[in-house]
Amino acid sequence: MSDNEEHKKEVDDVSGVETTGHEWDGLKELNNPLPRWWVWVFLICILWSVWYFVVYPAWPTLSGHTKGTAGYTQYKELAESQKEIVQRQATYLERFEKASNEEVLNDPELYAFAMAGGKSAFKDNCATCHGTGAQGGMGYPNLNDDDWLWGGKLSDIHQTLEYGIRADNLDSRVSQMPAFGKDGLLKKEEVDAVVDYVLTLSGGHHKDSYDQGKEIFGQQCASCHAADGKGLQEFGAPNLTDKIWLYGGDRQSIYETVYNARAGMMPAWGERLDKNTIRQLAIYIHQLGGGEKDDTYSETVPSDDTNIQDNNDPSHQE
Amino acid sequence: MLQYFAKQERIYPKRVWGRYRKLKWAAMIVTLGIYYLAPFIRWDRGPTAPDQAILIDLNNARAYWFWIEIWPQEVYYITGILILAAIGLFFVTSLLGRVWCGYTCPQTVWTDLFVWVERIFQGDRNARKKLREGPWTWEKIYKLGLTHFVWLVIAWCTAGSFVLYFNDAPTLVRSFFEFDVSPTVLTFIIGLTFSTYLMAGFAREQVCTYMCPYARFQSAMFDNDTLIIGYDERRGEPRGKLKKGEQQAGHGDCIDCSLCVQVCPMGIDIRQGLQMECIACGLCVDACNNVMEKINKPKGLIRYDTENHMRSLTRGKETQFKFIRPRTIYYSCVIAIVGGIMLYGLITRAPLDIAVLHDRNPVFVQLSSGEIRNGYVLKIQNKTHEHRTYQLSLEGLDNADIDVKAAGDASKDKLYVPADSVGSYHFYVHADVEAGPPRDITFTLKDGEITDTYESVFITRKDR
Repeated sequence: MSDNEEHKKEVDDVSGVETTGHEWDGLKELNNPLPRWWVWVFLICILWSVWYFVVYPAWPTLSGHTKGTAGYTQYKELAESQKEIVQRQATYLERFEKASNEEVLNDPELYAFAMAGGKSAFKDNCATCHGTGAQGGMGYPNLNDDDWLWGGKLSDIHQTLEYGIRADNLDSRVSQMPAFGKDGLLKKEEVDAVVDYVLTLSGGHHKDSYDQGKEIFGQQCASCHAADGKGLQEFGAPNLTDKIWLYGGDRQSIYETVYNARAGMMPAWGERLDKNTIRQLAIYIHQLGGGEKDDTYSETVPSDDTNIQDNNDPSHQE
Repeated sequence: MLQYFAKQERIYPKRVWGRYRKLKWAAMIVTLGIYYLAPFIRWDRGPTAPDQAILIDLNNARAYWFWIEIWPQEVYYITGILILAAIGLFFVTSLLGRVWCGYTCPQTVWTDLFVWVERIFQGDRNARKKLREGPWTWEKIYKLGLTHFVWLVIAWCTAGSFVLYFNDAPTLVRSFFEFDVSPTVLTFIIGLTFSTYLMAGFAREQVCTYMCPYARFQSAMFDNDTLIIGYDERRGEPRGKLKKGEQQAGHGDCIDCSLCVQVCPMGIDIRQGLQMECIACGLCVDACNNVMEKINKPKGLIRYDTENHMRSLTRGKETQFKFIRPRTIYYSCVIAIVGGIMLYGLITRAPLDIAVLHDRNPVFVQLSSGEIRNGYVLKIQNKTHEHRTYQLSLEGLDNADIDVKAAGDASKDKLYVPADSVGSYHFYVHADVEAGPPRDITFTLKDGEITDTYESVFITRKDR
């Protein structure tokens, strides 16, 4: 580069623009100065960035970063928007609190509020055992279907949620199936007989021990599961005649159930969640598809013409 | 001394009258008239929709343009409009050069308006220049103050009109007089007032020369048959002053009066040939024609012309203006295709659009009876302006029942969706089906003549 002090005015032939006199390997620079306002905009941007460094968190330091004079943090912003959401919820919450269940189920706004709240509370608290889609699993009931251990009416579901099942709560739902085999209440072949009998209730083939099994069932099981095996929700005793098995419907699983007994446990959520959340959850679960009407007595009737034996537990299948 | 940064040289465009100036005034009246008044045009859409002809309703996520209504998911219409606008601009540019810049570009129109205000209060070119360069006097303060005040009023109206396109115009205007305007509206108005004042009052030709990308890539649309403003060198040169009583011996028609330079809003000398700054407004053509008339020479020393035509004149041959060129053909093809697609979309726009989303978790549920149940979410877009109640039915699955889970007494025969909105319903289908692959089913939603279908699946246990 040569900066010629006695630079004469030299005009480029092609563009008709004056050159600056700067030359690099024969290439001459044309004199096309930037507009001055552009420089001002540039300087203002620099000033603005200095202001930003002072006011907002900007520079990393060894122990963190500069805090800025405005005291801005994204946590504060989060807290503010959460506060805003809580305020927005408050009006609905107030209406929800005053409304009866029937009113909630008939008011589209309150219904949507309950379902949204229930859904989110479900995912936070219930999904751990029952699955995000409430589809359950081995030992954890599927809440989508129409088979209920302790009742599928809104009030039943609410009570289950509030006090739990076999939970450490005075009002908890409690029942205990005896471990017929392990505790020596029945001999091994008696257990076999009753298991085979139970299988016939949901369409299994009769075996030679049918009468023995039926007799034992009548003596030992019918007090909770009812004489016809359809169960009693007062005791949380499942319906043994339908297609749904909580611990598996194959012979081996049922044998284990009779031999060792089963007893699932659910916490009393009333001790952990507020009453509005419990109610939202009850409504959400009730509307998952299997909820029963409060005014009618729930009675699940298996269709008589189903002869297909399904040994696979559908609740944990795919 | 080398100057690294150039100071903006103030341009004082001189008043001129003529064909193109008239055209510019007409363009300004039409474009500004539309811009300022269009928000007040009413268009009846019934009681469930706003009655503003042109409205972008951000709160309810709807855009209205007379009989056309656009929902957010139909934003491809905006894409279409942008493509049409861009290609339309290319098309006009390849034919007529930068007439968009010269006549209708908001930057040009508002600058023109601001220069007019300047002239009313401060006089024409020489007076303005003298006032600006002279010392501060009461007269100067008064005249400049008045100019800037009127500029600000115009800028404020411009900003206010912009906001009207996003709000119900009469309501917003009334709320202005009641000093009851939302901070958002106020922020937009202040911002746009300031930018209009800055761009049309001060930045002016700097916007076209340094900021506008279109000015820079226009040459891609130009060819030798594009209309440009040209100075007929063959006729004009060598230029020389016309002195009284003297013949113009040895001189061309250009008398070097420099009026073409004085009237130019970009401050260039068109006689140096086509330049990047030239916005093809034609004011120099008007100025030159007026002079040619006075000295009894033919008009058109400076004129709209094409490079090809000018060149052919030099060779003493007259050629026709060529409209049909590969460039104009493919620009018009793109316009026709995009316009056609948009028109088709608008004509066949359905009053009802449904989507059925299969529940993902669980994909199916077995009921105690052995029946299989699937859950779905039905989204109903009611694009009519009436509240409607629809009926849902299903094909492809025997003995299937539909069970709607919703507030109140909604059922498959009673799915209510308010006018111009989306309804969402969760429903279940249960049927006694054997294990196997997913079944293809079709849902049909119907209200009288209005109907739409959606293909979905019913999932059951797999074959073992």
